[in-house]
Amino acid sequence: MNPFSSGTRLRDMIRAIRACKTAAEERAVVRKECASIRAAVSDNDNDYRHRNLAKLMFIHMLGYPTHFGQMECLKLIAAPGFPEKRIGYLGLMLLLDERQEVLMLVTNSLKQDLNHSNQYIVGLALCALGNISSAEMARDLAPEVERLLQFRDPNVRKKAALCSIRIIKKVPDLAENFVNPVASLLKEKHHGVLLTAIQLCADLCIVSEEALEYFRKKSTEGIVKVLKDAVNSPYAPEYDISGISDPFLQIRLLRMLRILGHGDADASDFMNDVLAQVATKTESNKNAGNAILYECVETIMSIEDSGGLRVLAINILGRFLSNRDNNIRYVALNMLMKAISIDGQAVQRHRATILECVKDSDASIRKRALELVYLLVNENNVKPLTKELIDYLVVSDQDFKEDLTAKICSIVEKLSPEKIWYIDQMLKVLCEAGNYVKDEVWHALIVVITNANNLHGYTVRSLYRAIQTSGDQVAVVRVAVWCIGEYGDLLVNNIGMLDIEEPITVRESDAIDVIEVAMKQHTSDLTTRAMCLMALLKLSSRFPSSSQRIKEVVTQSKGSLVLELQQRSIEFDSIIAKHQNLRSALVERMPVLDEATYGGRRGGGVSSSAMGKGMNNSIPNGVVKVVDAPLVDLLDLGVDEPSAPPPNNSTPANNFLHDLLGVDISSSSSPSQSGTMHNVQKSGTDVLLDLLSTGSPSAFTPAQKSSSASDLLSLTQINTTTNTNNKGSVLGGLDSLTLSSVHASSPTTARASPSPSPMNMMDLLDGFGPANTPPPPKDNGPAYPPIVAFESASLRLTFNFSKQPATPHVTDIEASFANKSSHLFTDFIFQAAVPKFLQLHLEPASSNTLPGNTSGSVTQKLRVTNNQHGKKSVVMRIRISYKMNNKDMLEEGQISNFPRGL
Amino acid sequence: MIHFVLLISRQGKVRLTKWYSPYSQKERSKVIRELSGMILTRGPKLCNFVEWRGFKVVYKRYASLYFCMCIDQEDNELEVLEIIHHFVEILDRYFGSVCELDLIFNFHKAYYILDEILIAGELQESSKKTVARLVAAQDSLVEAVKEETYSMSHILAQATK
Repeated sequence: MNPFSSGTRLRDMIRAIRACKTAAEERAVVRKECASIRAAVSDNDNDYRHRNLAKLMFIHMLGYPTHFGQMECLKLIAAPGFPEKRIGYLGLMLLLDERQEVLMLVTNSLKQDLNHSNQYIVGLALCALGNISSAEMARDLAPEVERLLQFRDPNVRKKAALCSIRIIKKVPDLAENFVNPVASLLKEKHHGVLLTAIQLCADLCIVSEEALEYFRKKSTEGIVKVLKDAVNSPYAPEYDISGISDPFLQIRLLRMLRILGHGDADASDFMNDVLAQVATKTESNKNAGNAILYECVETIMSIEDSGGLRVLAINILGRFLSNRDNNIRYVALNMLMKAISIDGQAVQRHRATILECVKDSDASIRKRALELVYLLVNENNVKPLTKELIDYLVVSDQDFKEDLTAKICSIVEKLSPEKIWYIDQMLKVLCEAGNYVKDEVWHALIVVITNANNLHGYTVRSLYRAIQTSGDQVAVVRVAVWCIGEYGDLLVNNIGMLDIEEPITVRESDAIDVIEVAMKQHTSDLTTRAMCLMALLKLSSRFPSSSQRIKEVVTQSKGSLVLELQQRSIEFDSIIAKHQNLRSALVERMPVLDEATYGGRRGGGVSSSAMGKGMNNSIPNGVVKVVDAPLVDLLDLGVDEPSAPPPNNSTPANNFLHDLLGVDISSSSSPSQSGTMHNVQKSGTDVLLDLLSTGSPSAFTPAQKSSSASDLLSLTQINTTTNTNNKGSVLGGLDSLTLSSVHASSPTTARASPSPSPMNMMDLLDGFGPANTPPPPKDNGPAYPPIVAFESASLRLTFNFSKQPATPHVTDIEASFANKSSHLFTDFIFQAAVPKFLQLHLEPASSNTLPGNTSGSVTQKLRVTNNQHGKKSVVMRIRISYKMNNKDMLEEGQISNFPRGL
Repeated sequence: MIHFVLLISRQGKVRLTKWYSPYSQKERSKVIRELSGMILTRGPKLCNFVEWRGFKVVYKRYASLYFCMCIDQEDNELEVLEIIHHFVEILDRYFGSVCELDLIFNFHKAYYILDEILIAGELQESSKKTVARLVAAQDSLVEAVKEETYSMSHILAQATK
């Protein structure tokens, strides 16, 4: 006889598998068994079918594929005998799930078995249907199940009730069919039936509002009574669990009451007594009792207000929280999270205990407690709570630090009472866990630092100390490097000392040392190193006497294999060596980063790719950072009071460049000056060319592949590399700041230099094209009348529109501002924001000062791209800030009177 | 509701799996791997709950076996601990002080018992006695059929002798 045909007994197979010493041996045994089972399947062997299926189930549990056994299940289910059906249904539930199409084939057998005369066979079918039914099967077999809710044997009724739960979850429309039969089940005494019927009721109420109303009206009283009986029932050994009668039933009853009482004062009122009874009478020394109390508290919290009960519930939670059992403490924390919205004060009382739980050795409890603390923090307790959390950060587990730092940073950011405190706390966090914080955290810190004018010195000195002690924490290094670069002079000269500070002597060489060390540290990544180079460039201007040393350090990266570093090194080296006069202006202190903009970006959940863009790029949520004014500051070397509006509007770019580079030019430009202007342009061009290595082949970096291709390629290359490398957006801010100066002037550069083709340039630089292109002919496309977009007591803003016919969704707007007051406006900055379907591109304003009595105007070009052109019209929010008599003024408004069809 | 029940040995071997929510084969083995990694490494004094993919897994160790049940966030963890204990006590009564080997060699019996306790991820019966009675009744039904076939084949064998 073929040893494979009958195979081994199940027990022997399990033994053989257990005897295997290696995985390979086990696989061999399983393979052999599977082969014999397959052979039996193809022989259609009836005698051993159910043994084979049992073996397959075991093999399945070990994780081997067993799909070839699926049809065997169906055959066994179709067999007449109980033993075959029993194992067949077990196999069905184990080997198949609702998503397999084979399952549909079993519908008919199930239907027959649901009508079988043997109650156990009916039970098997109900069980299988309840566990793996698909929506189709639920629809087909719902009438059978509904009928079985009235079956003579209670054990079938309870199975039918649970099976109905599956059915209404799969097909909620069927819910109404079950409402009436269930209502009668609720009157039964059999615990199994009661248990399942209540569960079914609860699920019916969840899927159907009508069912909820029905049960609320008809069954509230009954359920309260059942619960009362259960609480007061005498000892019943069959249902007793550690002295409590059927906790499972009580819990389900409480849950049902919660559903009925939620949002209904009458029903809530009706159950008050019994809830109080459960809350006071239940023993809490065993898990079963606590489970009931826990459920009861949740019900009290969810139903309509009853002050007395709530006090009772909060007291129970307080007891739970001080329990020695971790499980109980865990659920207490869990429930307090829900209670906080109902009674915040009561939860605050347990703050100390909750804080202890954050330090628990159990990760689950820690996590819960931390979330709870996060909800507990408010303006009054933020300082002590933060201190506790930071103290704990020092000793916490490595894998908990990430969660913890995220929460601390979020708390500090949300609730910090003053900037110095914020900076101090963040420094502490970074020193302890600087490797665990996300990039946004230190970006935000830098934004705050730039905004804290009077703390720059203090901050940079603290960071200098921090980097000495915690130089291994990435975030500390980055922030410190950035600040030392930015405020190196304050560090060395001890400027802006606060009373609380200890004096510190730092020489220029010390500061440079720190950055050099950071750059050479093997743990530093590209971003850190790039930041170091940038900081060195800044320092070369802050510390003129050390510039030789800095140059040496910078040039060390000339041979770097990383293109970005190499490029920066070469460029910066050239700036330090050749452009003394330009350098100090180029690396002037960063303008204050706008907190609102930055906050908006974070709040808007901007993706990281968007974060990487420069700060002056338009960002998806429509907020636009305008850097024009600082930009002018940055490069405007000697212009006194620039510009009345250029009389000749077709050359605004020239004027702009004029402002940028016009070293000796007095205020306004007129056509008569064009000759000199041209010269200036030329010389300006040269400087820029060198700076950007545009057009002068000698300055090409070795890594740049483009040989023939041109000035404009290298220009865009700078553009792209800078963009891609703007990982740190703050760093990016600076980069793109310098970059935008490049952009802004480049069209003119291109024009002045003989070689490149302006058309390409325009494409590449996209948004900067229009500055150069002549205004579109008037007869093309619809013309829009100018509007007065904004008018206040002191200011008028008018918009002129023009469109290119080829791109109807793009509108060029020329904004002109007029000063109605009698005072001069300085530091004039216009900002605009648009909704998501629009894209806004702002060009620099013609000037940042605006003479009074509408005697002059500032113009600024905007380009709006409407992604939903024809569907939605343009709207815009604006903000205008300026200084009048040295007083900061801010005007805001919304513009919605744009002509239709823009 | 209970989404699945797992019995895992201390060595990470699966002894029983029951899925009340649809998980594909691939997901199932991933879930088992993830959870055994999380649960088996937890110390003895810690709480019996772990948060996992937005669910909670309630587990309890009995001798060499971990009984795990995955539930929704808003379910009652303490009650699930009781359900686990309920299941264990019934197994214990059925096998007579149950051990891991019983569950290995009679794994199908363990499934039959579980099917009398849970359906569709909900508790079916709070009386241990009732469960034991129902399982016994079905077992005897199987025995009766077996005996019948045995005696039939015996008679046949006698007749053909």
